[in-house]
Amino acid sequence: MENREEMKRKSGAGEMPGESAGSSADAGYQQRVLEFAMRAGRLLLENGAEIFRVEETIQRICRHYGVRSASTFVLSNGIFIMAGSEDEPYYSAVRHLPSWVNRLDKVTAVNQLSREIEEKHYPLETAKKRLEEIEGMPERPKAVRILVAGMACACFCFIFGGSPGDMLSDFFTGLLVYAFILTVCGGLSKITANVLSGALIAICCLIFYHSGIGENLRPLIMGTILLLVPGLPFTNGIRDLADGDYISGAVRLLDAVLVFMSVGAGAGAVFLAYHHLFGGVLL
Amino acid sequence: MIGQLAAAFLGTVAFGYLFGIPRKYFAYSGLCGSVAWGVYVLSIWGSDVIASFAATVVVTLLSRYFAVKKRCPVTVFLIAGMIPLVPGIGLYWTFYYLVTNQLEQMSATGLVAVKSACAIVLGIVFVFEIPQKFFRVIAHGKTE
Repeated sequence: MENREEMKRKSGAGEMPGESAGSSADAGYQQRVLEFAMRAGRLLLENGAEIFRVEETIQRICRHYGVRSASTFVLSNGIFIMAGSEDEPYYSAVRHLPSWVNRLDKVTAVNQLSREIEEKHYPLETAKKRLEEIEGMPERPKAVRILVAGMACACFCFIFGGSPGDMLSDFFTGLLVYAFILTVCGGLSKITANVLSGALIAICCLIFYHSGIGENLRPLIMGTILLLVPGLPFTNGIRDLADGDYISGAVRLLDAVLVFMSVGAGAGAVFLAYHHLFGGVLL
Repeated sequence: MIGQLAAAFLGTVAFGYLFGIPRKYFAYSGLCGSVAWGVYVLSIWGSDVIASFAATVVVTLLSRYFAVKKRCPVTVFLIAGMIPLVPGIGLYWTFYYLVTNQLEQMSATGLVAVKSACAIVLGIVFVFEIPQKFFRVIAHGKTE
């Protein structure tokens, strides 16, 4: 109890006067703490953090700002927060997060922030401002990302045994596919987007193969398929399973499996058509 | 071999860029990718499944070490480092063979794919059983 009062004095230093006492001000303060915790958790979850990190961060923030009765339930696409006990008012909130993206810089930043909140005792308002800054962190420029994607494909093509010609073809295929993902796939369902991307990869690789620039089809395909590898849901799904978050882990692994099924189906269909129409080899 | 390791490094860093990893961690995640590939292609493992397991264990250990050392989420290093192992590429080939009606290859590839995936899962799960304290002692040299 003392600890809680002390925390509140520290964190309430820069806030409106007169809220240190009285139950209605208390409720307002608690609500702001929980809303802040929810925002931080949401930012983590939708940018690719594991379930336990989200739960831990929410708990840590609540505890630091003196809300002791908070409990959370985090799924791969939703956060539930509930607080309330004999001496704390009741509060609950649910957020649904339909999709997630790969923005590990935001995850790192929120992680850093939650550390700093404990170490430097930020008042709530300062922490909120920092969180807003993190929310507004700019994405890396699209053109550079496309270029980097091409480079990544060329590198991995080399690893899988591609010749310099293969690497060159994979570089351009990578550019094209990543540009396709960034521009077209945003509005499509995940399955359609991946079937189309898989087909596009197969078509590009076949074109390069027949033009004589690419020499080995397998490294060509493997190098570019990597762009579609669902590394984040796969790895995080395993981590969630290991932590005992079976529902989220299973959902994330299912997401990863679906991506591969779709990509395989898309590329397979193109090769099948190629085989029937032009008598080309199946890989 | 050196060329391959360098390519794994560059490729992993490139993926790190796409995943939004902060610039200051690029070198470490690249190192994870490079080590993953280096361990994976060692000839002593004998099979793809064991190689996947060994590479996963080494990468996860390394990622956890860097995470404690640099005080940032382990995801940053682990996800990029796992990319050269291409978790799930076997599944892609399985569905590819299914669609192109090459059923014998499909069952062979599918079996290896499932086994490799399990190996990767076990590798990650086992290494995450090691308490955080262990890495803290190694990274910062203090027992608290």
